[in-house]
Amino acid sequence: MNYLLKGGRVINPAEQFDGLMDVLIEEGKIAKIGKKITAKDAKVMDMTGLVITPGLIDMHVHLRDPGLEAKEDMASGTRAAAAGGFTTIACMPNTKPIVDSSIVVEGILRRAAVEGLVHVAVIGSVSKGESGKELAEIGDMILSGAVAISDDGIYINQANLLKTGMEYTSMFDRIFITHAEEKSLVEEGVMHEGKISAKLGLKGRPSIAEDIAVARNIMLAEYTDTRLHIAHVSSRESVELIRQAKARGVKVTAEATPHHLALTDEAVLTFSTAAKVCPPLRSAEHVQAVRQGLLDGTIDAIATDHAPHAFEEKDCEYNDAPNGFAGLETALGVVLTELYHTKLMSLMDIVNKMSVAPAQLLNLKAGVLKVGASADITIINPELSWTVDSTGFYTKGKSTPFEGRKLIGKAVGTFVGGRLMMEQGNVLSE
Amino acid sequence: MIKTPVSLRRKNILDLASLSKEEIESILITAKEMKNVINRDIKKVPTLRGKSVVNLFFEPSTRTRTSFELAGKYLGADVVNITTSSSSVVKGESLRDTLMTVEAMGVDVIVMRHKAEGAALFATQCVSPVIINAGDGAHAHPTQGLLDLFTMKQHYDSLSGLKVVIVGDITHSRVARSNIAGLAKFGADVHLAGPKTLIPKDAESLGVTVHYNVEEALKDADVVNVLRIQLERQKSGLFPSPREYARIFGMNSKRLALAKPGALLLHPGPMNRGLEISPDIAYSDQSMIAGQVQNGLAVRMALLFLVTLGGKNIELLA
Ligand SMILES: [Zn+2]
Repeated sequence: MNYLLKGGRVINPAEQFDGLMDVLIEEGKIAKIGKKITAKDAKVMDMTGLVITPGLIDMHVHLRDPGLEAKEDMASGTRAAAAGGFTTIACMPNTKPIVDSSIVVEGILRRAAVEGLVHVAVIGSVSKGESGKELAEIGDMILSGAVAISDDGIYINQANLLKTGMEYTSMFDRIFITHAEEKSLVEEGVMHEGKISAKLGLKGRPSIAEDIAVARNIMLAEYTDTRLHIAHVSSRESVELIRQAKARGVKVTAEATPHHLALTDEAVLTFSTAAKVCPPLRSAEHVQAVRQGLLDGTIDAIATDHAPHAFEEKDCEYNDAPNGFAGLETALGVVLTELYHTKLMSLMDIVNKMSVAPAQLLNLKAGVLKVGASADITIINPELSWTVDSTGFYTKGKSTPFEGRKLIGKAVGTFVGGRLMMEQGNVLSE
Repeated sequence: MIKTPVSLRRKNILDLASLSKEEIESILITAKEMKNVINRDIKKVPTLRGKSVVNLFFEPSTRTRTSFELAGKYLGADVVNITTSSSSVVKGESLRDTLMTVEAMGVDVIVMRHKAEGAALFATQCVSPVIINAGDGAHAHPTQGLLDLFTMKQHYDSLSGLKVVIVGDITHSRVARSNIAGLAKFGADVHLAGPKTLIPKDAESLGVTVHYNVEEALKDADVVNVLRIQLERQKSGLFPSPREYARIFGMNSKRLALAKPGALLLHPGPMNRGLEISPDIAYSDQSMIAGQVQNGLAVRMALLFLVTLGGKNIELLA
């Protein structure tokens, strides 16, 4: 079907365009952007009060498929993405099997083509089985379509493997994503080490574990001339380290998650397993610093680290619960509430961090609204008030620290390749 | 009768970097004459009669050792092979001791291979016979470099401006270093290609262009020199797998077609067919790999001749 979006506020950061326009979608592509467009065989949609942006891209998603489908699968994960306004998600390799060969990359891409509601990009592992010992077939995976390389949640302890992995990845002009947390400092920790952990008696994960790892990884990236991307930055000092590295020309980029931008370690006060995440939610001064890093460009992108777990896995004592929670369906609302409605960021900047930047980081032909491009479009109602209710989530992972929170702003439409996949929060799947 | 344009001004052959362009040319011209000897029915000439050559190999290498052995024998020298592991030190005998023992037996030339970079130079400081380096670690393999130059010179009038692409494990390759040093003297345009993990940091300082994309490197190449990949490099984590290596860096007919038509394909051997080189091109028309072996013999004969008898015009065809 063809669609004519009438009278929406088009925000296209690639051209720094922000203004009222009509957008015509024909045969999966953007056919026209202009004023007073008319079209015969198109479904006309009134966009008054709504924002039309290039489709949002989440560069850090745990899709859990293959192998861990009880937590999430291709269908549920991509539905959650469409519901959250995302048109592309990049999935991390810690599945079962690990994404450490081209066969697995191709398998996911094939399944995504059949069952996925949004575009799925695959991130391959650095080491075989994410064991931190032997290089995975990085080049082979990239040739089969992997867009980035990472052992994600696994901190690469061996500096030697990290160096070799970076060198090897850098040949292919792909980003090398690292989870930065010096292992020996966080081994038994379950939350940020600080006042709250002192009070609760929970073992801490000090922010310096992240700082040391970020510093080491930056130094190796500088030495090997690698495009290093630091996942989910959460500490003040690591933001500063990245800022300094960028200033001296190191090819380093970074992302922050909505939860590290919005929540502090006080969320753990009730021992809620929904607040257990890695890196942990930190104290207010760290949250401030991460926000500042996002505003001044030190942090390039916002990514969810969507990490769904089955209900019973999170339904236990805090110490035993796995790290992570669902993020796709709350991300935009949290960001708009915390950063747009507080006047810290413009919609243009937010779309930049949630679409344009991730597209560039992953070398994707996305993040733009232009005639001829695939019609990957997100429709946002920035003023819509809603309450987070995980029972309505499309993801299988119902755990979220934002449960019950009132948010302002939401995606109300998602076009993927010209197909309307979500409307008014309802995923439309044929 | 061989008339060499200049005599070798040195005694020992340690690497190509220390030989002048004229000396290399002199060796190559001599080698050309030696090829005639090899292709005779009766190959033996008495040129080096009464001279003794010891092949002192601390690392196994059938190919190079045999080549030196036959080179000496065809020229009438007495050749002895000593193959020993570098671990004879275990028995309390140092490299110096071993060399002095050989020297005491009145040897004229010691052809030496050792896993330690600089071992050949060290040998020259220990004993007085001529030392020919048959490979010292990852440093130099001058006779391989010479035979590669010789092979290229058979096909191209001048090496100046010739685009030579060396593909593979550069970091650990004495062959690559020798070729780079030799080709530099002739003004060739040398490009390196291989995984970043197998190309030394700052390789550009050797006067070459570095590529991590083989296709890009191969464009308009005149010579493609494929190196042997040691599988230990994979075990030590420098590349993910042989399969991936073959897919991304392996030389095959499709890749070779990116080079100039008729570009030469070289490989120092022994080949891992299906890894760094695909079987269909290993013995194709473009492949000089078999020719390299014979050229290696000729070059080694030339060297033995020149280092023992210098520039004296000796009648070879006795
Ligand atoms: Zn993650």
